[in-house]
Amino acid sequence: MAAPPHTFDRKARFRRAQGVVFYFLFLGAVLVGIVGLVTLLVQILLQGVPWLSWHLLTDYPSRHPEQAGLRAAIFGTVWIMGLTAVLAVPIGVGAAVYLEEYAPRNWFTRILEINISNLAGVPSIVYGLLGLGLFVQIMSLGKTVLAGAMTLTLLVLPIVILASREAVRAVPSTYREAAYALGADQWQVVKGVVLPASAPGILTGTILAMSRAIGEAAPIVVISGLVYLTFVPASPLDRFTALPLQIFNWAARPQEGFRDLAAAGIIVLLVVLLSMNAVSILLRNRYQTKSEE
Amino acid sequence: MGFEIRRPQLLAARPSPASAAGEAPLFKRSSSREWEGRAARYFFFLCAALSIFTTVGIVVSLFSQALAFFGEVSVWEFLTGTRWSPILKPNSYGVLPLVGGTLLVSALAALVALPLGLGTAIFLAEYAPDRLRRVIKPVLEILAGIPTVVYGYFALTFVTPLLQIVFPDMIVFNALSAGLVMGIMIIPMVSSLSEDAMMAVPRSLRQAAYALGATRMEVSLRVVVPAALSGIVASFILAISRAIGETMLVTIAAGATPNLTWNPLDSIQAMTAYIVQVSLGEAAHGSLEYNTIFAVGLLLFMMTLLMSLLGQWVVHRWREEY
Repeated sequence: MAAPPHTFDRKARFRRAQGVVFYFLFLGAVLVGIVGLVTLLVQILLQGVPWLSWHLLTDYPSRHPEQAGLRAAIFGTVWIMGLTAVLAVPIGVGAAVYLEEYAPRNWFTRILEINISNLAGVPSIVYGLLGLGLFVQIMSLGKTVLAGAMTLTLLVLPIVILASREAVRAVPSTYREAAYALGADQWQVVKGVVLPASAPGILTGTILAMSRAIGEAAPIVVISGLVYLTFVPASPLDRFTALPLQIFNWAARPQEGFRDLAAAGIIVLLVVLLSMNAVSILLRNRYQTKSEE
Repeated sequence: MGFEIRRPQLLAARPSPASAAGEAPLFKRSSSREWEGRAARYFFFLCAALSIFTTVGIVVSLFSQALAFFGEVSVWEFLTGTRWSPILKPNSYGVLPLVGGTLLVSALAALVALPLGLGTAIFLAEYAPDRLRRVIKPVLEILAGIPTVVYGYFALTFVTPLLQIVFPDMIVFNALSAGLVMGIMIIPMVSSLSEDAMMAVPRSLRQAAYALGATRMEVSLRVVVPAALSGIVASFILAISRAIGETMLVTIAAGATPNLTWNPLDSIQAMTAYIVQVSLGEAAHGSLEYNTIFAVGLLLFMMTLLMSLLGQWVVHRWREEY
């Protein structure tokens, strides 16, 4: 405290300079991520856009990059995502409702919660091995759409549960109390009040979970293996391929043409992903303005 | 809202004097509704319990086929062997080259992502004005939402040629390129969780430090970061665990050469990449080669589970309560 004014001053100047340096370090850290993202997108657009065409969407894969298309992959992805949504949404919402509305506070509930958060950290390829062991072999579903969808369902469930729990928790307790006061029982409160009020939040979370699943290639590789398909699955018990799998296959080939084609496939995948995200953001905004009225 | 108002239920819940006297109760629960409620309750419970079955399913399906593998190869040989050659003769089943490949790429990714992610989090939590933060956060969310196969493509076709300018001798498939791109990929995981932890630090701590004359950098690094340390460390652990389990990026960009090396310019094979390689091949169900992927998968599962538990322990043990 008794330091002469000029030494204090010098230290202050040093500290201020240090602060400026660190400001730029932190700013630089942010910029690395953003520059990385922009570079990635630009590079993929540059390589892929010349290869975008209508036949890319409608043709089957081929040995010649000029003729190869994504038809089987797109249909496979649509099948897989549709079935996954049908399976994952009721189960995920059901689990969320149980944990938020019904579950007693005891050791079993605690185990359930820890277990779900641990499952969220399991690598996706391990889910693939689970699907291979359990669905493909023990339940002998074969390398089918159904086995793939069930595997992806288990993969996205922790995300759907987490998002749905948040949506259910966000329903004001006054809504529930009002319903109970009118004589509703717990199931009526859940069915008539909690689920309708949390539906937009659940929907948003579900779309985000699906957009995670749509880009997953690792479990699909383990379940399906093959990627060269010249037919479109007609039932859940047919074999299939998927968009990220086809992109992987093209990217892994040494020929230039297929690498550029992979970029075109990535553009298709990213467009689907971004539209899913846009829909969920629109829903969120609409819901938010509504609840503030 | 959407439910119908029915006859009051509360009275029927207790035995009324009227029913005790043998008369019909005034209010009666409709038994179909009661049944419906109970069925719904069971359904919700089963949905939640499915997560337990999933865990059991993972453990059982990995263990049962890994056991078949360990019937022929000893656990000791698997865990300590330094040569992995399940297909080419003479066969050898030492998993260390695969583990080494995974750890090398993950270490490179951590080297990139931990400082950059933490720096990003500090900038967002302590420096950025609200409006800027609202722009940066969605951009980082996009970074987190891009499929990993896209990052693999980016590493192989853009970053590797770029690195080859610096290291002309480097082969096309290498750990460095995969590790750097994976680092970029997991920045958002580190930054968003660390930022949450820093935002939870009470404002009064910062104000006290500013009142003592601290600069913004001193407040950030000496007050906020230590106070949020448990959350930050947990985000590091989660990001590294994600890097260990990452599949498509290392499969596409890092190569398929099981190689026990610390040289990032070498081609390696990660554990996950090996599983993909066998899945794409024609290994017959039940063969030793086929069973290796379950043994490798089991080891991978145990590694990430350990990281998850470690993360939870750190949050629990080191949490600063205010």
